[in-house]
Amino acid sequence: MAKITTREYTTVTEVAGPLMVVEGVEGVAYGEVVDIEIPTGETKRGQVLESRKGIAVVQVFEGTRGIDTLSTKVRFTGDILRMPVSMDMLGRIFDGLGRPIDGAPDIIAEEYRDIAGAAINPTARAFPNEFIQTGISTIDGNNTLVRGQKLPIMSGAGLPHNELAAQIVRQSKVRGTQEPFSVVFAGMGITHEEASFFMRDFERTGALERIVAFINLADDPAIERIITPRMALTAAEYLAYTCDMHVLVVLTDMTNYCEALREISAAREEVPGRRGYPGYMYTDLASNYERAGRVRGSKGSITQVPILSMPDDDITHPIPDLTGYITEGQFVLSREMHRRGIYPPVDILPSLSRLMNEGIGPERTREDHRGVSNQLYAAYAEGRDMRDLVAVVGEEALSARDRRYLEFADRFEKEYVTQGKDVDRTIEQTLDLGWNLLADQPEGELKRIDEKHIKKYHPKYRKA
Amino acid sequence: MSIVGSIYKIAGPLVVAEGLKGCVMFEVCKVGEMGLMGEAIRLDHDRAYIQVYEATEGLKPGETVETTGAPLTADLGPGILRNFYDGIQRPLERLKEAAGDYITRGLSVPPLDPGIIWNYTAVAKEGSTVQAGDILGTVPETKVITHRVLVPPGISGKLTKVREGKLHVTDVVATLTKEEGKEVDLTMSQRWPVRVARPYKKKLDPIIPLLTGQRIYDTFFPIAKGGAAAIPGGFGTGKTVSQHQLAKWADSQVVVYVGCGERGNEMTEVLDTFPLLDDPITGEKLMERSTLIANTSNMPVAAREASVYTGVTLAEFYRDMGYDVAVMADSTSRWAEAMREVSGRLEEMPGEEGYPAYLASRVADYYERGGRVITLGSGEDRMGSVSLVGAVSPPGGDLSEPVSQNTLRVVSVFWALDSTLADRRHFPAINWLRSYSLYLNVLADWYKKNVAEDFQDVRTRMMTLLQKESELQEIVQLVGADALPERERLVLEVARMLREDFLQQNAYDEIDSYCSKEKQYMMAKTILAFYDRASKAMDDGLPFGKVETIPVKDEIARMKYVPNQEFPERFKTLLKTIEDQLSA
Repeated sequence: MAKITTREYTTVTEVAGPLMVVEGVEGVAYGEVVDIEIPTGETKRGQVLESRKGIAVVQVFEGTRGIDTLSTKVRFTGDILRMPVSMDMLGRIFDGLGRPIDGAPDIIAEEYRDIAGAAINPTARAFPNEFIQTGISTIDGNNTLVRGQKLPIMSGAGLPHNELAAQIVRQSKVRGTQEPFSVVFAGMGITHEEASFFMRDFERTGALERIVAFINLADDPAIERIITPRMALTAAEYLAYTCDMHVLVVLTDMTNYCEALREISAAREEVPGRRGYPGYMYTDLASNYERAGRVRGSKGSITQVPILSMPDDDITHPIPDLTGYITEGQFVLSREMHRRGIYPPVDILPSLSRLMNEGIGPERTREDHRGVSNQLYAAYAEGRDMRDLVAVVGEEALSARDRRYLEFADRFEKEYVTQGKDVDRTIEQTLDLGWNLLADQPEGELKRIDEKHIKKYHPKYRKA
Repeated sequence: MSIVGSIYKIAGPLVVAEGLKGCVMFEVCKVGEMGLMGEAIRLDHDRAYIQVYEATEGLKPGETVETTGAPLTADLGPGILRNFYDGIQRPLERLKEAAGDYITRGLSVPPLDPGIIWNYTAVAKEGSTVQAGDILGTVPETKVITHRVLVPPGISGKLTKVREGKLHVTDVVATLTKEEGKEVDLTMSQRWPVRVARPYKKKLDPIIPLLTGQRIYDTFFPIAKGGAAAIPGGFGTGKTVSQHQLAKWADSQVVVYVGCGERGNEMTEVLDTFPLLDDPITGEKLMERSTLIANTSNMPVAAREASVYTGVTLAEFYRDMGYDVAVMADSTSRWAEAMREVSGRLEEMPGEEGYPAYLASRVADYYERGGRVITLGSGEDRMGSVSLVGAVSPPGGDLSEPVSQNTLRVVSVFWALDSTLADRRHFPAINWLRSYSLYLNVLADWYKKNVAEDFQDVRTRMMTLLQKESELQEIVQLVGADALPERERLVLEVARMLREDFLQQNAYDEIDSYCSKEKQYMMAKTILAFYDRASKAMDDGLPFGKVETIPVKDEIARMKYVPNQEFPERFKTLLKTIEDQLSA
């Protein structure tokens, strides 16, 4: 029995939005790939979303423009969506469906992989605990990234998330090793400008040859975006688990991805969940985000930094909300800090890295890391409260202690958070910066730091 | 007797099959040539709507569907503890051995390893008459748990044959002749449909607390053994860390941890750390009394729906042996969402926010499976309990959403996680003003007898101070702290100590991670003693400025890092130092 049976039909009966219904079909598999030839001779690809006896519902990646119900040919390939992978992907740029757009020929495939990926057995995962130094104080010091983690940048329109992502890509390294990260970049619905910003930056720093880019531009078909991150992650899995590389995956912008998901759901007339997004959005997002990680017995790892712009800076919007429930923390950018000219405008209070505790401490970073980080958090939070208070009662009404914290918050933002786009701080520099700020507080108030560490790292004792 | 039909339609995790007249609601079916497992959740003439527990890509209309004649069951017997399962009780370790690093489809591996040889000791004698729930024999399942092999529900009669010695879980250990003369072979294991609560003799009132070693729970909002608690909170507020802490330190004898639609890396953390952690009660490793169910967010959604039922069924099974069992489900919202997803595919009329209209009754059914009971069985009453702790992940942290609301309606303890507290790294980020426990009164006697006569008074005094603080904070917001009278500034100061030195507890600190009930009481007494003594000193003319900077405060701040055993000693010195410094 031939495994691959190609069947061609011209029985399209209905076209609506991104979907097309083909009737009179036989033995169409759920998830099967479809090649479509429209009357002009142009070809499109699609995938079966629903299969029932005699009828298949197909989502068309390139959009349904040009499809008719008379002569459009639909060919069912008998296979699920696979992509060619090989080491040659490095240094190449593809479109959202994995076709080269850099003028070079198709890559020669080592193998063809199912882009949906399979869930890693939890017992096969290795727990991420290797510290990645990004050189950015708010990340390294307070929201440490580790290999195999997924940590999104939650931003808003007009904030410098791209600059921050590019800086993370440029500066990320695991200390004590020479292995560089290879980078898989997936752009979904990004503008031409954004795409060329990243490409220029990768080129400028000579990173281009260790990058695989998949780019779906804002004017490319929206439905393609459903596939783009899956392509990118399939490439990443190949590089990580087959070629033993450490891969950093940047997915931008997840908001556009979710919009595409909603579009398909609406076209299928599904019961909507919150704000019209489909009820399975959590599961769908998880099937992408959960592909980050490390696998026991494999040297490679996949670290994800997805970027999403929060509609109206609202972190409770379904997209950031569901993302936050899946990812291991988040970096939140603050418009208010950005307005005050602070770069990177990472607001550490709502930011979080859930895997930080395993990645820091003696041998990984420094023994005082946890204490210093917690103390900075507590002091900054208190300072921010004071700022609100001052707005109401004026600075005169504050006690000496309150005023000290107020000043701390200002200095923290100016000296610790703020850093140049090319400033690459080591973790020691970051922690010492923290100590400089904490040194102005009475020692008794440094409750979050171990006494031994105070004696060892407090500038007062170090000078002596 | 199986019925064979064929696939009519595939849409995501839902498969519709036709030609299945005679298929029973909730019957398990094998779908397609790969034999994917699924469960019939709606019948329409000869069509059955089947939710499939595995990915459905590649299935085609026309492929066969076969019923199995049984509902979704759990295999119950020795070998459950120390094991990791997926949502439909497939052992993950052995799935990995069979299929590699990724979860593959169509694989069936028995939940209880038939290769393990157990040391079975018969208890019930040959010739004796036994009924459901009676102990047939025992097996040392792990270092700390003796597995009691019970006569399955619905079976009674005379034992005609009894075996013992080194046996496999599938070996016959006893033969029983029913009254009507029919012989039944009993093994160490039994099957039970996961969606049905296991029977018991009588439900009892909860009167004993489930101690957790966490100050905010034990002292302020205790949960009883056999009780139910909910921890709702937005992302990043520490639901998962709280659940891990409870699983690690709660004084139940058996722990069932259900990771329902959560992060893969987090499950790995549990899998990595539990086998290494020491259990403060038994001194052995925690894993010796735990079983884990991991159905991560990218694993099939229908199996996620089943995972909480599988978890609670395993718990009831150990309850029936007479153990106190705690079930941590993280997170029940993902379970509800799985229900919503399947309901959407069935094109059911949605209720609130797209959730099915039966959400409320399903949630209530689940929490009702908890409780302290007298188990089945003749002879002396055997007591066991199932305590349920469910994390809830409300979208946007908004508790008015259906899953939170339906949960709060049925649980007695509400631990309210608060993102403002989490932002300032006050952990556990449980809001002391919004949380509640309905068990406070029923447990009062226990605390009186087992901790201290004045335990409730101490708690009430602390709560009053914290309540007072929140009122004063409103004034401070308007006029600043300097404008308050000195006595009220002392209240603010002591409330701050309560928050930072008592309520905050560091899960990652070796000592602070677990705080004994005695230490909790003494820590509270210390802070209150400071308050009383400072009040008195201020009555005698000591200015607040002096109290604010008194050195003993730093010592109080560090008392959480004093080991449990050394604390009584430190308590005495602390009281003395307070007295000395404030009377000077």
